[in-house]
Amino acid sequence: MLLPFIAVFIGTKTSDATWTPKLALDLEGGTQIILTPVTTDGRQPTSEDITQAINVIRQRVDGSGVAEAEISSQGGNNIVVAIPGKASEETIAAVSRSSHMEFRPVLVEDYAITAQPSADPSVDPSAGPSADPSAEPTSAPTAGESAEPSPTQSSDTTADATDDESAPATAEPTEQPTAQPSDAASQEPSPAATAPSEPTSASDKAYWVTDEVQAQFDALDCTDPANLAGGVSGDPDKAFVACGVDSDGNSSMLKYILGPVEIDGSEISSAGSGLETLANGAIGSRWIVNMEFTSKGAKEFSDVTTRLASLTTPQNQFAMVLDGLVISAPSVDKTIPNGKAQISGSFNQTTAASLANRLSFGSLPLNFEVQSEQQISATLGTEQLQKGLLAGVIGLLLVVVYSLIQYRALGLLTVASLIVAATLTFGVIALLSWTQGYRLSLPGVAGLIVAIGITADSFIVYFERIRDELREGRTLGAAVERGWARARRTILASDAVNLIAAIVLYFLAVGGVRGFAFTLGLTTVIDVIVVFLFTHPVMELIAKTRFFNEGHAASGLDPRRLGVPGTRYVGRGKVAMGRREDTEPGEGSLAAEVRTPVASGVGGRGDGLTIAQRKAAERAAQQRLAQDPVADAPTDDATGDAPAEGSER
Amino acid sequence: MAVGFAQWGNDLYTGRRSYDIVGHRRAFYLASAILVLISGFLLVKPGLNPGIEFRGGSEFVVSGIEGERDQQLAIDTVLAVASQESPEVTNLGGDSLRIQVAELTDAELKEVASALQAAFDVSQDEITTQFVGPTWGADVSSKAISGIVVFLVFVSVVMTAYFRNWRMALAALIALIHDLVITVGLYAGVGWEVTPATVIGFLTILGYSIYDTVVVFDKVRENTADTLDQTRFTYAEKANLAVNQTLVRSINTSVVALLPVSAILFVGAFILGAGTLRDIALALFVGMLVGAYSSIFLATPLEVSLREREPRIKAHTAKVLASRVPGAEGEAVAAASTVRAVGQLRAGAHQGQAAQPKRRKRSR
Repeated sequence: MLLPFIAVFIGTKTSDATWTPKLALDLEGGTQIILTPVTTDGRQPTSEDITQAINVIRQRVDGSGVAEAEISSQGGNNIVVAIPGKASEETIAAVSRSSHMEFRPVLVEDYAITAQPSADPSVDPSAGPSADPSAEPTSAPTAGESAEPSPTQSSDTTADATDDESAPATAEPTEQPTAQPSDAASQEPSPAATAPSEPTSASDKAYWVTDEVQAQFDALDCTDPANLAGGVSGDPDKAFVACGVDSDGNSSMLKYILGPVEIDGSEISSAGSGLETLANGAIGSRWIVNMEFTSKGAKEFSDVTTRLASLTTPQNQFAMVLDGLVISAPSVDKTIPNGKAQISGSFNQTTAASLANRLSFGSLPLNFEVQSEQQISATLGTEQLQKGLLAGVIGLLLVVVYSLIQYRALGLLTVASLIVAATLTFGVIALLSWTQGYRLSLPGVAGLIVAIGITADSFIVYFERIRDELREGRTLGAAVERGWARARRTILASDAVNLIAAIVLYFLAVGGVRGFAFTLGLTTVIDVIVVFLFTHPVMELIAKTRFFNEGHAASGLDPRRLGVPGTRYVGRGKVAMGRREDTEPGEGSLAAEVRTPVASGVGGRGDGLTIAQRKAAERAAQQRLAQDPVADAPTDDATGDAPAEGSER
Repeated sequence: MAVGFAQWGNDLYTGRRSYDIVGHRRAFYLASAILVLISGFLLVKPGLNPGIEFRGGSEFVVSGIEGERDQQLAIDTVLAVASQESPEVTNLGGDSLRIQVAELTDAELKEVASALQAAFDVSQDEITTQFVGPTWGADVSSKAISGIVVFLVFVSVVMTAYFRNWRMALAALIALIHDLVITVGLYAGVGWEVTPATVIGFLTILGYSIYDTVVVFDKVRENTADTLDQTRFTYAEKANLAVNQTLVRSINTSVVALLPVSAILFVGAFILGAGTLRDIALALFVGMLVGAYSSIFLATPLEVSLREREPRIKAHTAKVLASRVPGAEGEAVAAASTVRAVGQLRAGAHQGQAAQPKRRKRSR
C-alpha cells in the first residue's frame, strides 16, 4: 500500500515528481483545441496517420516554447491539444496549420551547430549535450547510405562538378508537368544576384545556394528546439534550409540546404517497413523501409534518382521534408525506375517502422479543422477546484456521520478505511501524474467524490453480512469469518461490475469527461485493495477485543440489538439458555420470531413448527413475561399470542 | 433512531416484519408507469436543452466581476460587436457571468472577448472563451447516443450471461430503461443544459442501477433455488422475502452513495452554478434514487410476474395455495407464511428430538 508513496517520494528526490497531482485545463486554466485531420483528397486518415499527426503537432507546440502541452487523440479521429496557461495566437495558428510533405534534393549537409561550416565531428557532443545520444542512430542511416555509393569517391566535391555532369538531369525537370523545378527553370529567379542566371537542375548548387541562403544556413542552429518545431515547408521553387530530425522529433544533428521541391509527398502511394530481401530471395537481417510511388511519382522519382545517382555526397541524397523538417535523407546509388524505392541503413525495427509511418502520413495532404477551441481562465478553474473539494469534504463528512450513527464504533472502521482509501488514491494519482502525465480534471474530482459512496458501500456490505451472521447466533469471531467469506464474493462481484462499467464509460465518454470514468475505475480497484488488505484484517483484530467481542452497546455489533435470541446452540448438543438475557430482555427473542407463524393460525401441513419449537417459544415467552412484563409493543403482542396459541393445540 | 433502524432491519431479515412488495406489485407498476409517462411528457414538452457542446456556438465566461453583475451590460457588449446575435446570459458561481451566442468567427470571438474584458473591467485572465464547431457538436451528440445504446446492449449481454436466465435479465433491463427514462425526463424537466458531463452521469447510473438490481436478484436466486422442492411457499413469497432481506442493505448503500452526490449537487447548484459538477450530480442523484426504487419495487416484482408465467412455477403456486385453503383465507396466509421462509435453520432454535429428522404428522 505504501508503494506509490515510496515511488513518489523517490521521485521527488531524484526527479521532477511533486506531491500534488497535476491539474487538467479546466482546473488550471489554459487553452484546449480540438482538431480533426481532414484530407483534401477525400481519403480517410488511418489511426497511424493520426498518431503521426499528433507527433507533428507535438513538435510544433514544443517548438513554440510551450511547456507541458498535452496532445492526445480522442474518439478515433480527433486530436485534442491542451496547452496550459494562455496560448499565444502564433501557437494556436501553428497547431492548426496543415501538414505537407515533399522531396527535395540535398545541396549541402552539415552538422547542426551554427557558425562552423567545416565542423569537426568532435565538436558535436559538446554542442548538443541533450540531443547527443539520439543523434547517433539517425545520422547513422544517412552515413551508412552515403557510404554505400562511395565508388564515386573519385569526384571532387566542389560545386562546379554538378554543373558539368547533370546534362541529362537538366532535361528531366522540364518534362515534368507539375514538378516545380520546371517552372523554376523557366522563370527568372529574382533573388539570385550572385548565382548563375539559369539553374541547370534542382541540384544546381551554384545557382540555388545564394549568399542569402548560405547566411541563413550558417545561422541555423538545429539544437534550438524552436527550429525543430517544423513549419511551413517554404517556397517550393526555392532553396530551403532545414534541420534534420530523428524518429522522436529530436535533432539528428544535421542541417541541410535543399534544392527546390521535386516530388510532392502525395505521390507516395504506400510505405512500409520490413526485413530486406536478399538477391537470392532469402530474408536478410537488416531492416529497411519500402516506399512505392504513384505512376506519376514513379516517373518523377526515376528521373530524380537518375540524376542524383551520378552526383557525389552529399548531393546524391534526396531529403524527405515533412513540415519543413528533414525526416530522412538517403543517398541514391542507382536509378530507380519502377517507383519502388528501398531505403536501407542502420535501422532497427522501431526506427524503420517510424520512418515508414511518417512517409505514409506524409502522403496525405492533411488539413486540420478546428472543431472546438476553449480558453479557460485560471481564476474560474481555481474556483471550480475549491468548490469541488468543498463538495468532497461535505460528502465525506455526511458519509462519516451516517456510518457512525448506523454502525456506532464500527463506523470508525469505515472512517479509517475511507481515509486509507483516500490516501492511497491520492498517492496513486500523484504517481500517475508523475510517471504517466495524468492530470486531474473537474469530472475526475467529481468521480472521486462519487467514489466515496461506492467505496463505503463495500464496508456496508461487509458489516451487514457480519450482522446477519450474528443474527444467526454465531459468536463474533465466527461471524466475521463467515460474513467475510460471503461478503467477499459480493464485494468482488460488485466491484467487477463497477470496474467494467468504468472501462466502458472511459471509452464511450464524450468531451473532456473521461476523467470521471478514470477516477471511478481507479477508486474501484483501490476499494478492493483497501477492503482486502485493511478493512478485513482490522476487523479480525478488533473482533478479538473485549469491546466488540462482548458486544458493547456502542460497538455496533451488539448481538442483542441484532435480535439474537437468548437460546443458542453452543455445540455438542448443548444449548445455552438465556446467557444474554440478563442484560436486555426486551429485545427480540425467539418468542418474537416464532410468534407470527403461530399467530397465523395455520395448523395444517403448512405449519413448519415442530412441537419442540413451539414449546421453546412458550418457555421463552414465559420467561420474559416473568422478568419484564412491560416489554415494548411488538414483544408484548408476542407474549400474549404465543401461550394462547400453544394452549389451543 | 439507529437502534430502531437496526431492530427494523433485524425484523426484516428474520421476517418478523415483512412488506408485501411482490404482492402489491400492481400498485408499483402503476406508479412506475405514471412516472415514466410524466418523464415522457417532460422529454417532449420542455424537452432536453442541449448544451453548447452539442449544438455548437460560442461561449464566454467573465469571472471575477466585482459588485453587481449587469447582465444587460453583457448583452449590449456582445450586440455591439455582433449585432445579429441573441446572447443568452446566465449567472455563474459567485462572481461570474456566462454569455452564450451562436457561432462567431474567430475575429469576432476575440473582439467580443476583449470588449467584455473592457466592459466588466476584469483582467484578460478572467475571460474564458469557448468555441464549438457545428460538426463537432453533431459528432458529440451522435457519440453520446451511440454510447448509451452500446452500453445498453453491453449490459443486456452481461446480465443474460450473469443470470443465465432471460427472465431475470429482461426484468433487470426493463428496470434499467425505466431508470434511464425517468432520469432523463426529470433532467429535462429541471431544464438544465445537457452537457457531456450529464451524459456520463446518465451512463454511470446505468451501471449503478444494474449493480443494485444484481444484489437483489442474487438474493432472490438464493432464496428461490429450492422453490419447487417444497410446498410451503410460493415463488412470489420467497422472492418477496429476498427483497425484504436486502431492504436494509439497499437503503444503507443508497443513502451512503447519495450523500456525496447530494453534496456535489448542492455545491454545484447553489454555489457554482452551471457546470460539470452540477450536471453530473443531478443526473446521478435522480438516477441513484430511481435506481434504488426500481431495484426494490420494480425489478423483483417484474421478475416474479414473468416467472409465474412459467408452467412449472404456475403449477407449483397453485398447489401451494390449494394446500392452504383449508387453513385460512388466501393472501393473508401467504403474507404471514412468508415469515417462516426466513428459512435458514437456526442452530439451537430447536432442541431435543426436534433436532432429529422430523416425521410427518399423520393425517388428522
